[in-house]
Amino acid sequence: MNDFSVSLGDRTILSDISFDVYDKEITVILGRSGAGKSVLFKYLLGLFEIQKGTVVLLDKEISELEEDEQKELYLQLGVFYQNGGLLNSLTVGENIALPLEQHSDLSDELIAQIVKVKLNLVNLVDAYYLYPSQLSGGMLKRAALARAIVMDPVLLFCDEPGAGLDPLSLADLDELILNLRDQLGMSIVVVTHEVSSILRIADRVVFLDGGKVVFHGTIKEVFESDVQQVKVFFEKGRSI
Amino acid sequence: MKQIGDIESFDVEAREGTLYVRHNLLISDADAFIQQVLLSLKTFDQDALEVNLNELQRIDSIGVAALNHIRKKMGERGVAVHFIGGQEHVRKKMKLFSMDETIKLQSETRSTFFEALGEGFYGFVNDYLKSYLILVANVVYWSVSDIFRSKLQRKGEFYNQAVLIGVNAAGIVAAMAFIIGLVLALQSASQLRHFGADIYIVDLTVIAMMREMGPLITAILVAGRSGSAIAAELATMKVTSELDALKTMGLHPLRFVVIPKMHGSIITMPFLTFLANIMGIIGGIVIAYWYLDITPLVFINRMAESLTNRDILIGIFKSLVFASIIVVTGSFFGLTVKHGAEGVGRVTTNAVVASLSLVFVADSLLGLIFY
Repeated sequence: MNDFSVSLGDRTILSDISFDVYDKEITVILGRSGAGKSVLFKYLLGLFEIQKGTVVLLDKEISELEEDEQKELYLQLGVFYQNGGLLNSLTVGENIALPLEQHSDLSDELIAQIVKVKLNLVNLVDAYYLYPSQLSGGMLKRAALARAIVMDPVLLFCDEPGAGLDPLSLADLDELILNLRDQLGMSIVVVTHEVSSILRIADRVVFLDGGKVVFHGTIKEVFESDVQQVKVFFEKGRSI
Repeated sequence: MKQIGDIESFDVEAREGTLYVRHNLLISDADAFIQQVLLSLKTFDQDALEVNLNELQRIDSIGVAALNHIRKKMGERGVAVHFIGGQEHVRKKMKLFSMDETIKLQSETRSTFFEALGEGFYGFVNDYLKSYLILVANVVYWSVSDIFRSKLQRKGEFYNQAVLIGVNAAGIVAAMAFIIGLVLALQSASQLRHFGADIYIVDLTVIAMMREMGPLITAILVAGRSGSAIAAELATMKVTSELDALKTMGLHPLRFVVIPKMHGSIITMPFLTFLANIMGIIGGIVIAYWYLDITPLVFINRMAESLTNRDILIGIFKSLVFASIIVVTGSFFGLTVKHGAEGVGRVTTNAVVASLSLVFVADSLLGLIFY
């Protein structure tokens, strides 16, 4: 992402955002509520038209992609939405099978096996026939993660994965995310403001404040940073 | 970050009881891989097959599933498949994505036809009929008991609902009733003319509109407009936990949300029905004048002779029954919503279909009673 800015009328939402995401690392985008994290997340995914600057994903500038190229790019990405984003009318198994059914010629039997493997990976095999409305918050997140990784994406985006979870469920989810990086070699971008989660999973941190990147560096560098907002955020966040 | 780019597809070779898998085995090739391997092993007649993964560069979860699928298929033929070799990352993924065959999915149990029939009937009685009748009882009780307890509703809510359900529907009800009156009189005129019974067009149109068509047209339109809206509103409120929020604020959701709608519809439906009757009769007057040369004055004089108070009251009574059915049915389906957004759409459709069906059933029963 380079010199990226977003304005809404006269109001600047994001200004001169530049940062890189590295291979097989977890990059956490953090900041206080209203810092522009969710807007940035949507622009990163190419959901909104870019006004100024460039966003390059897997060596492709997303604003220059044709519809087919964009679709091809999306097949290499996994996206985990804050509220799960599962289709309520489908069972968990059907939700996870959906991308495979739509984008591959695999047999139903094989798809069911793959879904079972992915559910097993997130410890949710018993939820295969359940509907999203029948899942707890933690289960819903894990089911959403299983769907996000069903196509074995190269790059996984997670929007507030820990929102609404208790500390133990959050730790479990973090462990799953770490496994995806370590065992599958995925590169992961996480938008969150959960300090405990950031300390557990982050390799790199992009700190947003007032629509600007005020800090960008490794998790080690965070603790050596003199940036006031970063110091306050982590000090207060750790004391909670 | 490096892009995957164009990657070399898999290559397989079956030689001396060993299957060599080379290059990359990824989602894009998994299906072709399975077909090619099964085809090349069609005549394989040994007890064991070794799958050599030493030259496999990359594999993903779908590739692992494809290999396991081949092992399963060969196993069904009595051939034991062993995976050997492989780079560390390949072995790691083989381990990570290999399924524990002891894990069984908790599948839904299949019932026999009669079991399903019995379960369906029990479910209908228990989940629908019983709940519906309880809701009817509650709504009727609170509709009466809450008339003078305005604190249980938001200020002005009754007025809002009366406008939404009744006043806003007046235009469409009037237009449709006029058209139905026209058509009814037109069809009757062509038949009555054969028998020289032209004047009876008045009796036919007026009584049909007052007793039957007026209340029915109004109910159909209100069920379509407001019945669906009530179901969708309540279903959305339930899905978004607004009903729970009302409960935890010490407010009874049914009395707070449904009863004002009931009051609004009960008050406005008779007026809407009366409007439909008038417009239908006007339609009849137009046709009688154009096709049968019956002047409006003659029509009205004849109407005064043929129409009784009983006919008017039956129509009004029907409209009250229909209003109750529409509100209760819409509320019932709204409150029984399941499975989020898709469920809202489903209950809305069901509410309209059920409301109309019940309106027709009630109309038939009332027709028999007041014959």
